[in-house]
Amino acid sequence: MISNKDKKIVKDALWDNNPITYQILGICSALAVTVQMKTALVMSVSLTLVVAFSNVAISLLRNYIPSKIRIIVQLSVVSALVILADQFLKAYMFDVSKQLSVFVGLIITNCIVMGRAEGFAMQNPPFRSFLDGLGNGLGYSCVLIVVSVFREVLGSGTLLGFQVVPQAFYDAGYVNCGLMVLAPGAFFLLGAVIWVQRSISGYVEQ
Amino acid sequence: MTEYLSLAVNSIFVQNILLAYFLGMCSFLACSKKVETAMGLGTAVVFVMTITTPMNWVVRYFFLQKGALAWAGFPEADLSFLIFIAFIAVIAAIVQIVEMVIDRFSPKLYAALGIFLPLIAVNCAILGSSLFMAEREYSFGESVVYGFSAGFGWALAIVAMSAIRKKLWYSNVPPALKGLGITMMLTGLMALGFMCFAGISL
Repeated sequence: MISNKDKKIVKDALWDNNPITYQILGICSALAVTVQMKTALVMSVSLTLVVAFSNVAISLLRNYIPSKIRIIVQLSVVSALVILADQFLKAYMFDVSKQLSVFVGLIITNCIVMGRAEGFAMQNPPFRSFLDGLGNGLGYSCVLIVVSVFREVLGSGTLLGFQVVPQAFYDAGYVNCGLMVLAPGAFFLLGAVIWVQRSISGYVEQ
Repeated sequence: MTEYLSLAVNSIFVQNILLAYFLGMCSFLACSKKVETAMGLGTAVVFVMTITTPMNWVVRYFFLQKGALAWAGFPEADLSFLIFIAFIAVIAAIVQIVEMVIDRFSPKLYAALGIFLPLIAVNCAILGSSLFMAEREYSFGESVVYGFSAGFGWALAIVAMSAIRKKLWYSNVPPALKGLGITMMLTGLMALGFMCFAGISL
């Protein structure tokens, strides 16, 4: 059922055409929610679902949307999905929803969602758009998870809330890196992730 | 007056919407290659944000807040879950109106800002400032000051970054770090610099 071309759509988005490191989309939230791994995971799942289903919805509507008002149609489809995600988080994971604060709402203007809707779903059939959304969501999630693992382990010595840096280290004089918890740490770390990813994939920006 | 001044200084320098909350990164990275472009986009953002934040305050206060519809005979109604869709619609509509008004009355400014205005509707800093305004329960006056100064802080950051990137043309950056990577690192250094303002209190 899934052809090679379909597989390629997902694989491309995960590595060669990764939304964050290659397409430069969706960086805002990638930095803001990665202080802890838990929030990063919740954000990844919400974004992946929103981008996959908004791609399906836009792709189903693509022949009926007048091109002049397409941006506002896309925005309203996306915001309806984001409202669903937000209400769900508020109902079942209230503390995480408080920590994510405005960033759940900001999925609406997350460039990945709009970028994929505009760039892919407007020209492709629903199933393929769904795969593209899924791939991009997962590509985004991978970067988020990598960044959040580093930030949580180095910044607070924990992982998903569990202590991973042994007490003996602290007794020997080890101190958590406070910079990692703050905004600049996120910038440095994402810069480093991009550096490593691009060194391996060999992509050079002109 | 003092509290407005303190709010302004705080949101321009200490809690800069770009460097402390990471909002508007996409256009920040895409449009900071030239100083002129950065200036144009920065001005447009300040302009739109100063209008949309108080406008969204009005929408929230009279329609969406819990009990806000009491004047229409629905004291129990709570429409706050509609906040996202209402805010984004207000922003998109205002951007459209601003575009038309500028085109009619100041073609020169339109030519300078023209291409940036549509981009602004999906700039997360604009929606972000409205959402922060709602979350922090600002008053109307505060929302005007906050909208302006958050926009100004964003403009300051993008203009500074474009000036740094211009200098970068002549430096020898490792190939894989070129472009996005080095810009990220520089933004980090800039964020460090802005953290020094944290000591200011008025």
